[in-house]
Amino acid sequence: MLRMTEVKSEQLPLQSSSDVVVARQRVRQFATELRFSLVDQTKLVTAASELARNALDHGRGGQMRIEVLNGLARTGLKLTFEDNGPGIPDIEVALKDGYTTGSGMGLGLGGSKRLVNEFFIESKVGQGTKVTVVRWK
Amino acid sequence: MNKLGEIISQNEETIRAEWLKHMTAAAQRADLMSNVELQEQSRSLLDAIKRGASSSQPEDVSGPAWSAARESLQDLSVSRAHQGFTPSETATFVLSLKQPLFSHIRRELSGDQTAMFETLWTCTSLIDKLALLTAEAYLAAREELISRQQQELMELSTPVVKLWDGILALPIIGTLDSARTQVVMEELLQTVVATNSKFAIIDITGVPTVDTLVAQHLLKTITAARLMGAECIISGVRPQIAQTIVHLGINLEDVITKAKLADAFALALHKSGRTVVRISATAGGGNAGAMTAMRKDG
Amino acid sequence: MERIPILRMGPFLLITIQVDMHDKLAMQLQDDVAQRISDWGSAGVLIDISSLEIVDSFIGRMLANIAAMSRVLGADTVVVGMQPAVAITLVELGMSLPGVRTALNVESGMELLYGTLGTFLGAPNDRSEE
Repeated sequence: MLRMTEVKSEQLPLQSSSDVVVARQRVRQFATELRFSLVDQTKLVTAASELARNALDHGRGGQMRIEVLNGLARTGLKLTFEDNGPGIPDIEVALKDGYTTGSGMGLGLGGSKRLVNEFFIESKVGQGTKVTVVRWK
Repeated sequence: MNKLGEIISQNEETIRAEWLKHMTAAAQRADLMSNVELQEQSRSLLDAIKRGASSSQPEDVSGPAWSAARESLQDLSVSRAHQGFTPSETATFVLSLKQPLFSHIRRELSGDQTAMFETLWTCTSLIDKLALLTAEAYLAAREELISRQQQELMELSTPVVKLWDGILALPIIGTLDSARTQVVMEELLQTVVATNSKFAIIDITGVPTVDTLVAQHLLKTITAARLMGAECIISGVRPQIAQTIVHLGINLEDVITKAKLADAFALALHKSGRTVVRISATAGGGNAGAMTAMRKDG
Repeated sequence: MERIPILRMGPFLLITIQVDMHDKLAMQLQDDVAQRISDWGSAGVLIDISSLEIVDSFIGRMLANIAAMSRVLGADTVVVGMQPAVAITLVELGMSLPGVRTALNVESGMELLYGTLGTFLGAPNDRSEE
């Protein structure tokens, strides 16, 4: 009540698989600094890994933004993944487990959704995809 | 014009003494707070209020000039919340500052009705705002304390017990909700790793009802344990629970369940290549008899 | 290029994953495992992930691939040492690691493999003559 909302944020590129590794590690660092519990950290970093990989593999590269959210009564981390790739034609279907356009276990979207507290996705075919997730402490 | 800041600066000690004197014994709570602490709190708060009132924005309680006062209030509210003061007592501490301030304002500005009224108004609205801040800070602190205590209670009420080498038991008592299951799950899995236990018996004798959500939580725990290389057995399944599970269509195909903890324990022992053997009484008795015989001879 | 080392422990292979894996490293590991099983006639593969704090679907796929490929080559795979936080996350993610057996640590992993080994008729090398 007596504090103002601060936003500390950082943007990282997702153009190669080593970028995905760096992105993961950076999210981990933020989560550790904010003193998230170990399980919450693991869930968030895993979700970040999935979504970063998506942006790279399916979105043909993009970027991730990390933002610290200092709300009135709680602290959180917000991650935004954006790419200018082919986009997802049917988001409903993509969110179902097992959905995949390539080999493997699916886009990881449905799974990632379960690992975070808030999940937003916008996608336009031919323009790109933007996924925003928030995990509160 | 606003003379409040001036009045406080010129009469700070007197105002403070009167404030404390008139504060009812109830608000002082000598049983909870020492006089020294009370003196210190009142001194720093009054000083901060003086600074805010003397600034260019005396009425803007949320502005930068009042940050010292806000901090001071936050601190005292939180500490009182932890000490066990009621919200009224905490707010009264601030509100009772009105009386000495009013009497000083009346005395200093008796010749100027307009100035007196304005200053009185500024003073009362300021103190009211500060008292409200106090109440909110107090509530936030209490809520945080309660949730922390809830957490500790959750952890305490579900101990993980080692039954034997490599066999753990987790007797759950009471209802299982999302938050509690999370805590329970983590503790169980961590104990599995720490004790190198391949078997974990989750006993639900003390769980009154099992609905789909609880069942899902249990299944997740079992799956996670399996991924780590440990096996879970659910025991203490009462007849009513068994019926509920079937009615709800919960799939427990992959899960071993036993009605009694003892059966689950026996099964875990067996699966880990062990068995319980009765020590025969006759062999011992025979030897003792022989020894007694020997002694008699010797 | 860096590679994940593969140790030979009698009839088994031991792989300890300690680094943050990226694509090339994972591909290389799968190739190397296949090669080694073939070279040494290994009967089992132990993958120690006790240092991994994150297992995402990519790593999960890699583990499942190694298991599947090893099976085709006649070896069993056991993944050991999964951290609790990782296990909880994998369950939430919905990943089941098909075809991958697990154990708490290398020791119990080996017991598991030896247990299965008992079903083989002879020593691993004999299989190449079948």
